[in-house]
Amino acid sequence: MNRHAIWAIYRFEMARTGRTLLQSIAAPVISTSLYFIVFGAAIGARMEQIDGVSYGAFLVPGLIMLAVLTESISNASFGIYMPRYSGTIYEVLSAPVSFVEIVLGYVGAAATKSVILGSIMLVTARMFVDFTILHPFWMAGFLVLTSVTFSLFGFIIGIWAQGFERLQIVPMMIVTPLAFLGGSFYSISMLPPFWQQVTLFNPVVYLVSGFRWSFYGSADVAVAISFGMTCLFLLGCLLVVWAIFRTGYRLWP
Amino acid sequence: MNPADAIIRVEGVGKTYQSGFQALKGIDLSIRRGEIFALLGPNGAGKTTLIGIICGLVKPTSGRVLADGHDIRKDYRQAREKIGLVPQELTTDVFESVWATVRFSRGLFGKAPDDAHLERVLRALSLWDKRDSRIAALSGGMKRRVLIAKALAHEPEILFLDEPTAGVDVELRREMWALVRGLRSQGVTVVLTTHYIEEAEEMADRIGVIDQGELVLVEDKAVLMQRLGQRQLTLFLQRPVEALPPELAEYRLDLSADGSRIVYRFDGKDDPGSIPSLLRRLLASGIDFKDLQTRQSSLEEIFVGLVGARR
Repeated sequence: MNRHAIWAIYRFEMARTGRTLLQSIAAPVISTSLYFIVFGAAIGARMEQIDGVSYGAFLVPGLIMLAVLTESISNASFGIYMPRYSGTIYEVLSAPVSFVEIVLGYVGAAATKSVILGSIMLVTARMFVDFTILHPFWMAGFLVLTSVTFSLFGFIIGIWAQGFERLQIVPMMIVTPLAFLGGSFYSISMLPPFWQQVTLFNPVVYLVSGFRWSFYGSADVAVAISFGMTCLFLLGCLLVVWAIFRTGYRLWP
Repeated sequence: MNPADAIIRVEGVGKTYQSGFQALKGIDLSIRRGEIFALLGPNGAGKTTLIGIICGLVKPTSGRVLADGHDIRKDYRQAREKIGLVPQELTTDVFESVWATVRFSRGLFGKAPDDAHLERVLRALSLWDKRDSRIAALSGGMKRRVLIAKALAHEPEILFLDEPTAGVDVELRREMWALVRGLRSQGVTVVLTTHYIEEAEEMADRIGVIDQGELVLVEDKAVLMQRLGQRQLTLFLQRPVEALPPELAEYRLDLSADGSRIVYRFDGKDDPGSIPSLLRRLLASGIDFKDLQTRQSSLEEIFVGLVGARR
């Protein structure tokens, strides 16, 4: 194991985060705060409680998941796409590193950033609404699991993308709708039965549901299923990454 | 060559890109430990593809490469640790500082931090004063040196320089040559590609000429120049003559239009004693000269002859 290489890539990526602190941490915190003000404080006051939880508090896990999801994808995809675009990736590809080390460096850094972001948002949310965390261990677990999984997913997009437009298109056209329709803002039990069934094909439902369970002990989907589905998605991403390096897709001509 | 002397062995390496373009056609090549080897060829000849394969950036379609005895695919870790690559394009992380980027390179190649080594490298490249500068703020020549520093950060035994002096001014080119010689004196093997023939002529111990994916020849530079080099002797006469004496017909001599100069063209295959005998016979014929000049054809002329003959 070339641990110096993992550390070098990780540090490089974290330094990039440091340089872009405003857009990578501050921007999502501000936009999420706006959600809390609009949905939590203004509209939330007129909403009924959901499963005994005030709407403002109900929103907290959903909004954090939404931000962690989108930021993981955006960070990880950008992290690997930029060196491909600028050509500096030659160095990584000619270095004595295995794909495991490359992935640990890039995805590890992106996931770290997402966990930091999620934690900051948790603290920010506490300033707007009152909530408790019933299962802090599971909460942290889901946060890390989601960060890693979607950083992997972003890494895949960053290798697949052949232009900045494509880099944006998957997050914009697929992930954002899935996240919005994944129960971030509502409980899927509020939907008509048909749409409840359709929603179960949306992987984000399981992430949000599991995460919300760790806060309030109640969820749309049984927590074991949430956990299982998230792990399944993680496994799927790992398989794709393995295949990318196995075949050299878009990396080795 | 004794196989143990070869630090790089390229065996039957071919590359056909997905587009169907055959960039390399079964290349066999050994690079000797400690030499400066110049790979010469026109644009698109396959130089960068060959380097890319050895450094692990391009998958060969056939053949294999050993770096210091390690197969570059099976034992990629051991092989790659020994290799440093300076790419042709100025691809740098523009937002990074010089210091951060060389530290990154060292770590990436699996070496523990060694700031003293990195300082030596940066000083040797006159980059030490710029260590805290962002790469974006550096000139093109400085960026080129940063790329060299990155390639040397992990103390490689073999350094590949892909077109090191493309678009570089004369002064920097001289510096670059001095640097490469300095590396060789430290025992580093240097392989450089170039399409500047003067660069190969100036630097290389051996030269390989590659054209259309084939290695046309590999030869010691001196031997190559001698074997293929046309030489020319010009005699400036005391008094112009109207015609050459018939007894000198066996030499291929040319008389200038005004009769003041005689030009003798010969090559490495000619009898080395031909010049003294020519001079004696000229004097015997009563042709006196006041000055003489010899000229050896440059590698460029050899190269154009070689590649041109294949077209």
